[in-house]
Amino acid sequence: MFEFIYNILENILNLFVSEFKFQNYILTFIAGALSAFIVINAVLGGVLAAIWGERRLLGKFQQRSGPNRWGPMGTLTSVADAVKVMFKEDIVPEEADKYIFNIAPLLLVVPVFIIFSVIPFGVGLYAVDINVSALFILAITSISGLSIICAAWASANRIAIFSALRSVAMLISYEIPVGLSLVGILLISESMSVMDIVIFQKVPFILLQPVAAFVFFLGSLAEINRTPFDLTEAESELAAGYQNDYSGMKWGLFYLGEFAATIAASSVFSTLFLGGPNGPFLPGIFWLTIKVVAVWFVIIWIRATWPRFRIDQVLNLAWKGLFELTLVNIVVTSISVIIWTDSDPNRLLYIALFNWIFTVPFVFIIIRLLKTKDYVEIKEPSLIYPVGSEIPKFEKVGK
Amino acid sequence: MSVKSEPITINLGPQHPSTHGVFRMRVTFDGETIIDLEPIFGYLHRGSEKLAEERTYTQIVTLTDRMDYVSSMLNNQGYILALEKLAHIDPKPRGVWLRMIASELQRIASHLVAIGFLIQDLGAWGTPLTYAMREREKILQMFEMLCGARITNSYLRPGGVFMDAPIQFWDALSEFTEHFPSKIEELEKLLSSNEIIFSRTKGIAVLTAEQAINASITGPILRSTGVNWDLRKSDPYDYYDQVDFNIPTHTAGDNYARYILRVQEMKESLSIVKQCVEKIEPGPVRPHHDETPNLVKPPVGDCYSAIEGSKGELGFYLVSDGSISPYRWHVRSSSLINLTLLKDMLVGTLFGDLFVTFGSIDINMGEVDR
Repeated sequence: MFEFIYNILENILNLFVSEFKFQNYILTFIAGALSAFIVINAVLGGVLAAIWGERRLLGKFQQRSGPNRWGPMGTLTSVADAVKVMFKEDIVPEEADKYIFNIAPLLLVVPVFIIFSVIPFGVGLYAVDINVSALFILAITSISGLSIICAAWASANRIAIFSALRSVAMLISYEIPVGLSLVGILLISESMSVMDIVIFQKVPFILLQPVAAFVFFLGSLAEINRTPFDLTEAESELAAGYQNDYSGMKWGLFYLGEFAATIAASSVFSTLFLGGPNGPFLPGIFWLTIKVVAVWFVIIWIRATWPRFRIDQVLNLAWKGLFELTLVNIVVTSISVIIWTDSDPNRLLYIALFNWIFTVPFVFIIIRLLKTKDYVEIKEPSLIYPVGSEIPKFEKVGK
Repeated sequence: MSVKSEPITINLGPQHPSTHGVFRMRVTFDGETIIDLEPIFGYLHRGSEKLAEERTYTQIVTLTDRMDYVSSMLNNQGYILALEKLAHIDPKPRGVWLRMIASELQRIASHLVAIGFLIQDLGAWGTPLTYAMREREKILQMFEMLCGARITNSYLRPGGVFMDAPIQFWDALSEFTEHFPSKIEELEKLLSSNEIIFSRTKGIAVLTAEQAINASITGPILRSTGVNWDLRKSDPYDYYDQVDFNIPTHTAGDNYARYILRVQEMKESLSIVKQCVEKIEPGPVRPHHDETPNLVKPPVGDCYSAIEGSKGELGFYLVSDGSISPYRWHVRSSSLINLTLLKDMLVGTLFGDLFVTFGSIDINMGEVDR
């Protein structure tokens, strides 16, 4: 995208200014700003659509109509919400640390948008191509934890502190399996650049790395604080968690950041595991959109159906389940990569088979190990205590 | 390096999404673990018991509606039974069968609310709750046919019910009894095999039978500890001795037992409703006012009468001084007494278990504070 805009601008400028000394720097800046503008607006539009879509879908799951007042099928509801949020009074608590309180929402929103800079929307349609962009994504996503702890600490609210501590504990735990689950991909594609990974994926990586995809999906659910890992803003426990004291547009930014993070997580998952913009017939951008919407739908589906875990269970799952799975996956993938080198024509097929055979059983083993211990249900009431020994009966006296 | 840590005390409520009303807890946490908990009641106190001293006996029925507003019919029944005992009123059979149908339907509705909100507290956002509410809606529509009101029914009168059920009520009832078992199965399919629900509820906030009996806890919570105690069996009122039903019990005494017990109790209630429909016969639904005057004047004396409400033993104590309004009216509300062991159940568990346990106790603040 950047090169495309840069070339157009250069051609236009060459018509008027033949010899301009600093035109490279200026052009780079303008082209960069333009591509950022396009990406950010695409994501913002996506967020508005996602808010509407999520509410509408949840309505369908819950056998009600969902938003249906503004615009056809309620499509303008999120626009109306955005306008309302902008005009609401901005309240800062007296005991709040004002600077940190104000900067926290931005800290959540900005990294999410930065992630989109390395996502290829089509083959060749990307804002920037960094040669370590997979690592870049992992690094940028952890900033959201900083934002949450800033917000909670600055708003001087005890419930918010709970939320922030949970968030940080989860982020630290899930960074590890998420990061390690990508190692398999990097080993097979032999590159850390998302662009190279996308080009490599004639076969989507979810077929070559099923366990890594599973771990990455659960891990990204935890990192964007979605059900069943929505402990940071567990509504029934912590009310709104770290955003308790926020109002107006700052709260709106948190909301925006969360929904954008959902889209970002679905985009990253579809880019790394579902082949991104690769697909027959349609242009890449359509394929990416279809895949992102599919992943996003699964996230909503989970939200509509599942209860949430408790904090100790969440951490247990990360350290006792997903971490081991990623280790197994790395070992198995390394062996398969060593055995079947580039020269082998059926390399990917063998790697996929090897992976399925040796990693998927571990998922079931882990599930069995982490399963809740079922207690033996005693059918007959115990006779230890006097009242329950038999059905007691009163004698009716008089009327 | 040593890190200094200290317990943190939080006020949860009275304004909180899942305190089921205006309930307040002062909870002290050590990290995420609860080390102390103090329930604070009284935010919904409306002085029902005092108000009753200024009202006639029939008017008090409206006050009982507003106590536990998700099981109004059961409250009506409990109060009317106490009044009938005090004033020596003979109920009419059709009226009794009708109020048994109504109260068992109300028990189903109340348990549906309990299950729905328990799963809501577990974090399943809305879907199980709307599934439960959808079934409750059908029951409320039937109540609307019976008495014109959905929540605050005031359907019962001394000696029977306010009016006979219309024809469409019986159609709706037969449709409901036909379809409801499949809806319970649907709810069970959604919830009862979910690993997250197992892990969140099994073995959490365990109550032993001794503890429960010592704190005079009743209802599903007592039965979940293995004690086979149900006033419909042990002290049958109305015509419960003429219908055949089981009392489901569970021995675990944890959150899951309390949840699954309510599901089983709904099935039993449905079978009671079916038997009542078979046994009901035409006739007057309440005594003519020649037999029982509309302005009831019980003889001087007092009485205590209790029914098995949806949440436990719902007792009503009435003292009459021979006038048209009671000298004293006291309610033994099961919600309040079931809440007394909250601290014993919760100390040592985590923050996440707090509201799950709270939801599994199934209280209603309208009844706790009256």
